Amino acid sequence: MPFARRMLVEERRWLSAEEFTEILSLCQLLPGPNVVNVAVCVGTRYRGAWGAFAAFAGLMTAPFFIILALGALHTQYGHLPAVSASFRGISAAAAGLVVAMGFKMATSRRLRSGMALFAVITFIGIALMRLPLVVFLLGAAPLSVAAAVWRRK
Amino acid sequence: MSEETLAQLAMDFSALSLIAVGGAITVLPEMHRSVVEVHGWMSGAQFADLFALAQAAPGPNILVVSLIGWKVAGLAGAVVATAAVCGPSCVLTFAVSRIWQRFRGARWRAAVEDGLVPVTVGLMLAGGYLITRSADHSWPAFAITAVTAAVVLATRIHPLWLLGAAGLLGLAGWV
Repeated sequence: MPFARRMLVEERRWLSAEEFTEILSLCQLLPGPNVVNVAVCVGTRYRGAWGAFAAFAGLMTAPFFIILALGALHTQYGHLPAVSASFRGISAAAAGLVVAMGFKMATSRRLRSGMALFAVITFIGIALMRLPLVVFLLGAAPLSVAAAVWRRK
Repeated sequence: MSEETLAQLAMDFSALSLIAVGGAITVLPEMHRSVVEVHGWMSGAQFADLFALAQAAPGPNILVVSLIGWKVAGLAGAVVATAAVCGPSCVLTFAVSRIWQRFRGARWRAAVEDGLVPVTVGLMLAGGYLITRSADHSWPAFAITAVTAAVVLATRIHPLWLLGAAGLLGLAGWV
């Protein structure tokens, strides 16, 4: 995302800093990876549907083939003791990145203090009770939004 | 692999697409449930490996679904899974980005945001919990997870350095 910001705002000047923040906050609210959504929004703004498609394809094509190549290497050599040993370390660190992202988001100002209960409920329902996500969200998300509406009154 | 598998990939991942607020991490628990627990396409450890690859590679983390699709049904699987997980959310973003400007400053817009953030936080923490349980099978592994999380929170170091260092520790036989 920092790279996307530098390219869009500083190098190409397709967006002002304010426009970028505005688009990013919308994209964080919508489903899908934020950086993909930003690409789609910017593409839409400049060239409509084809712009969105071009931005998406431009963002994803190279990483798609790179990751498949890495996947192929992993399949080919993953069973070697040295590789699988390294991967035990890499996977553990990758898990740490996810944990950090969760904590970062949990302590950000975007999480209003009175709403933390819904984060706890979500964690229990999904991580501990292993409820199917769709079923859980249909129940929890409307309740959470309703609580937020009520708190704002 | 059969067309049935491709159809299953398309269905499962397009359902995930519209609930992936915040990206791949939010739907990590559900991906794990579907891929490991429901379909048994791979073990938890394999899932954790693929996710680690996606974290280390350039591009959005959501590309882990390309890897999953590829593992399950080859190149066709990769294309189908990627299109399924990106298609619906991209169409929604495209549609909303054309009308959103009109609601700038609307009060319900802020309330929707306030309401969705705690659910996203819960999902991200759940994702961290589940992927840790899949990836870590020894105390040193748990220590690496904890230290990585702490370093990311405390510093601005690029995550690739941490993945690399952890890989070296693994190579040295410590994990």
